[in-house]
Amino acid sequence: MSFPILSTILFAPIIGAAAITFLPPTAGASIRRVSAVSMGISFLLSLFVFFGYDWHSGGMQFVENLNWLPDIGASYSLGIDGLSAPMILLTALIGFAGVFASWRVEERPKEFFILFLLLVTGVAGTFVARDLFLFLLFYEVVVIPIYIMILIWGSSKRVTKEYAGMKLTIYLLMGSAFLLAGIFMLYLGAYPAGKRTFAMEALTQAGMSGALSPEFQIFAFLFVLLGFGSLLSMWPFHSWSPDGYAGAPTAVSMVHAGVLKKIGGYGLIRIGLMMLPLGFKFWAPMIAAFGVMNVAYAAFIALVQKDMKYVVGYSSVSHMGYVLIGIAAADVIGINGAVANMFAHGVMAALFFAMIGHIYHATHTRNIPDLGGLAHQMPKAAVGFMLAGMASLGLPGLISFVPEFSIFVGSFITYPLFAVLAIAGIILTALYVLRVLADVLFGPRLPQWDGVHDLQGPDWVPLIVLGLFLIGFGIMPSLLMDVVNSGIAPLGPLLVKLKAAATLWGGL
Amino acid sequence: MIGLSHYLLVGAALFGLGMFGLLTKRNLIAVLMSVELMLNSVNINLVAFSRYTATDAAAGQVFSLFIIAVAAAEVAIGLALAYAIYKGRGTVSVDEIDWLKW
Amino acid sequence: MWAEFSLTHAWLIPLLPALAFVAISFFLLGAPWLASRLAIAAMSSSFAIALGVGWAVVSQGITVETPFLMKTVWFSMPGLSIDMGVLVDPIAAMMLFVVTLVSLMVLIYSTGYMAGDPGFSRFFAFMSLFAASMLGLIIATNFLQMFVFWELVGLCSYLLIGYYFYKISAREAAKKAFMTTRIGDFGLLMGILFLQILFGTLDFTELAAKVPAFVKANGAATLTGIGLLLFVGPIGKSGQFPLHVWLPDAMEGPTPVSALIHAATMVVAGVYLVARAFAIFSVLPGAMTVIAWLGCFTAIFAASIALTQREIKRILAFSTISQLGYMMMALGLGSLTASMFHLMTHAFFKALLFLGAGSILHALHDKADIFEMGGLRKSMPATCAMMGIAVLAISGIPPFAGFFSKDEILAAAAHVSTPLYIAASVTALMTAFYMARLFIVAFLGEPNPHNHPHESGKSMLVPMGVLAFLSIVGGIVPYAFGFGDWVRFGPAHHAGIDWGVASSSTLIALAGFGLAWSVYGAGHKKSDAIAQKAGVLYTLSFNKFFVDELYQWLNRNVLTGLARILYWVDIHVVDGIVDGAARGTGTAGSMLRRLQTGQMQHYAAIMFVATVALALILAFTAGAVAGGGKL
Repeated sequence: MSFPILSTILFAPIIGAAAITFLPPTAGASIRRVSAVSMGISFLLSLFVFFGYDWHSGGMQFVENLNWLPDIGASYSLGIDGLSAPMILLTALIGFAGVFASWRVEERPKEFFILFLLLVTGVAGTFVARDLFLFLLFYEVVVIPIYIMILIWGSSKRVTKEYAGMKLTIYLLMGSAFLLAGIFMLYLGAYPAGKRTFAMEALTQAGMSGALSPEFQIFAFLFVLLGFGSLLSMWPFHSWSPDGYAGAPTAVSMVHAGVLKKIGGYGLIRIGLMMLPLGFKFWAPMIAAFGVMNVAYAAFIALVQKDMKYVVGYSSVSHMGYVLIGIAAADVIGINGAVANMFAHGVMAALFFAMIGHIYHATHTRNIPDLGGLAHQMPKAAVGFMLAGMASLGLPGLISFVPEFSIFVGSFITYPLFAVLAIAGIILTALYVLRVLADVLFGPRLPQWDGVHDLQGPDWVPLIVLGLFLIGFGIMPSLLMDVVNSGIAPLGPLLVKLKAAATLWGGL
Repeated sequence: MIGLSHYLLVGAALFGLGMFGLLTKRNLIAVLMSVELMLNSVNINLVAFSRYTATDAAAGQVFSLFIIAVAAAEVAIGLALAYAIYKGRGTVSVDEIDWLKW
Repeated sequence: MWAEFSLTHAWLIPLLPALAFVAISFFLLGAPWLASRLAIAAMSSSFAIALGVGWAVVSQGITVETPFLMKTVWFSMPGLSIDMGVLVDPIAAMMLFVVTLVSLMVLIYSTGYMAGDPGFSRFFAFMSLFAASMLGLIIATNFLQMFVFWELVGLCSYLLIGYYFYKISAREAAKKAFMTTRIGDFGLLMGILFLQILFGTLDFTELAAKVPAFVKANGAATLTGIGLLLFVGPIGKSGQFPLHVWLPDAMEGPTPVSALIHAATMVVAGVYLVARAFAIFSVLPGAMTVIAWLGCFTAIFAASIALTQREIKRILAFSTISQLGYMMMALGLGSLTASMFHLMTHAFFKALLFLGAGSILHALHDKADIFEMGGLRKSMPATCAMMGIAVLAISGIPPFAGFFSKDEILAAAAHVSTPLYIAASVTALMTAFYMARLFIVAFLGEPNPHNHPHESGKSMLVPMGVLAFLSIVGGIVPYAFGFGDWVRFGPAHHAGIDWGVASSSTLIALAGFGLAWSVYGAGHKKSDAIAQKAGVLYTLSFNKFFVDELYQWLNRNVLTGLARILYWVDIHVVDGIVDGAARGTGTAGSMLRRLQTGQMQHYAAIMFVATVALALILAFTAGAVAGGGKL
């Protein structure tokens, strides 16, 4: 049996967390080192998995399979393909960066890092699971640590952190309740009793072969959509996102905006599209319409925010609109773009939050009117901030241009009007990003911020690590796009068939 | 002739009286007495059925002996509880014993 | 041999400055002298290779129809495959020459102008990045590659306009530049998308074959729309009306930036895009008409504003917008040669004008109002002479460079459309007038006693000298050597100089000089009197026809207003529903809890009722299942 690399990626953080439980609460340095090492192992292995993935042959690779609960058809089954390889890399990358972004957490570091490592494991697990039961298990692991972390280490601005944490958690749990219902419908409907299984491959077979009636698929997909849609902050199920991110501590915002949201997109493709294709087709126009709302609505609101984290929070809602439109386009180019955009947005959102976290830590305020001219006092952080901002705009040469362009091309064919409105979003995005950059970084030097410290030591790690990917995948997009394409291109025939299939009940 | 239905009626009447007392009496002891009444009405029903439609003649009567025993035990505990409440709060009026509420 | 090497290694031209950028940003920020020398070394190498490319184009007979191509795949997926590569033809070769030369001159100039500035290394890093982006744009083989570098050029413009980032005016000007060009980019992107979907390719050479065939088969309607969308990008980038508003504000950047980016190179990227895609535009007569008229309108509009501006760089900025309008108009009229010729000569004399202005600003410690200058010919003779050459060149006086290129444009206008010819001639009159006005007021007359100017150093004067030389010979030499044979679209035409147009344009220019002398030669009193008499016209012109104010109003009230409304909706309606649901749950809970009365008898009653109900239900459904209703 070859080395279980995916299990190692998954369990390295857990073992780290377990090790930390044995450390005394005062051993801050050791706690941080253990976290860094365990996340580092995960990160390095994920790099190996991503760059070692053979995108010429495609399919599931690095597979691990253990029979777990044969009575209900659940197995411990891991594997990655072109769709999940970027996601697992993203998780490990942001987890690693997040550990260093939280290096300066003074209060209860032990509990913080244990919860953080748990969180990262949960997220990673959803991407590598090839069994729906395992997927659901990891999905549920994810929500609770966030709640605790917001309540203890979060911040209260427009709303109290208790409100923000509660809203986020209950909202996502409600979504996962609908998701559970949808998945169980799928489980029960796909195969007759005695042959039922949670294995994703088998369920995909059932879905694509037409074993499920169109009405059933439409109904089940709605539930799945409510679950994954809320997670993706699809309008109008997005309102947990700005308050949640603003209230959460930096590393949690990084992981949440960076990776957690992407579970929604990943799920929509992996479970929604592949297992319930006719349901997907029925709801796709609505998803596209909501996606446009995401882009425009959230971009406008980001324009008038006074708190930096709220700007980035609404910005992430806006970018998820692009992902939604790309997926709804049901076109290989569009979905390629959507998946790549999930990766791209994850990296840049994480960088944004890391930089904001640094500024907040140094100046103790996130209020934009209070800040200004920070490029004088912290030029290096300013560079990081600008890098994230420019990536947010979709500047070519940085990671998000090619994915966004692919989404535009893909969605233009299917939903020309929505695509035009979404593309107009690039103007709005530029507006609010430039506004934040100008108001926070540029302008006369404000004497009250003299003496704030620039990036030092561990603060550099998120910037370097995330910046490398931002620029590297921007200059050489094929590094990312080839892997993504190998996972999505096989869906080509299905998508062509879908387009040809008659719309049901007149579509939506 | 006196048939099954007569006994059942008596049983029902007693049950009704007991129910009424259970639901409306203010004194805890009276409530306990009403419960006793309901239990005994059930006994009448059981014995009557056993006499008139029994496949196994003893079953109903044995069942009612069980009920008598259980009722006795229940009254003992109930009275002990009532006494404890009286010791602690000075009242056995059911209206005033409502501390396990919202 | 050098030619062969240069041609096959033309990708080094943008790469070398890019490497300089990386090296300076990572290692040389603390070593300003080294940083500037590295940037200049990289630029010189690019210039040398550009010369080699030009030589190769001529010696190998590469024409616009048969360009040299080298490509590699950037990314690809089923249905969308984008390359990065090198396309060299005479137009590209000319642009490479011009851009590398002017960049080199400006970099050398900057070692003197920016000396002592704390961000010296940062300046050279950004300038190198800009040069790399612009050069990459020039050699682009397809629309997307051009778009990539188009945006990068915009980024560098943003960074360099906002170079003095501690000034709020600079920071806002940088934002404005980026935003305005972004609006243009939106249109360009839409056009690119349409092209990709209609033709499956964005490659210039492939589209040059496919589009005319499509138009012949299906008519020009769809493509005209696409062409106009594509043109929206150049409207933004090349400062055509109504997206011209960022250019004057861009003067907030250091003068070398204005010289390089906002005069000679970046702003012509829009013109270059239309030229590069001329195969598409030339078969769309509707689009061409729009381009020509818009270009002409921009030319005359901007010239009319330049008449009254007081700050030296503002005058030059509006002059640039006006000249860009000329270039666009020439393209719209179908004369690629005229437009590119003017692009080249304009790069020389406009860069010279800006560098000269920088020389003045440097000497007068950033005093920019020309009416506070005066008599500078005495203290800055070299600058004065070279500015004079530039003024003559831009006004189109033979045999200076501008004469030949302007003549071509005017001749094209005269042949195609009389109204445009008249408007263009009026613009030429205005151009001569305001340039002479600038020269007279700043250099002639009596010196201002408050000023203590000194001539600039060699590092600044030598590049200016080179550009002055080119402003003199940069017209007649290419003309004599058959510029129109190489840089053209379609068959070359040897029309020769149209003496009618040429002589009338020269007379117009001289008339403009005369008019300026009559107003300003005697001092300010006459100019003030005219300003009074012109009244409304003067106010409109001086305030740039209030276009900026309109945009600000739109931004503040429409955009921000809408944003505030949506924010309110988000908090009170969308979130309101969520909070309402939560409150509802809470309210339901607080109502339901009242069932827990603590009264044992209440519980007993409920239990009794429930038991009876359950028994009835069971009795009836069990009866139904058993097939009878027996109780």
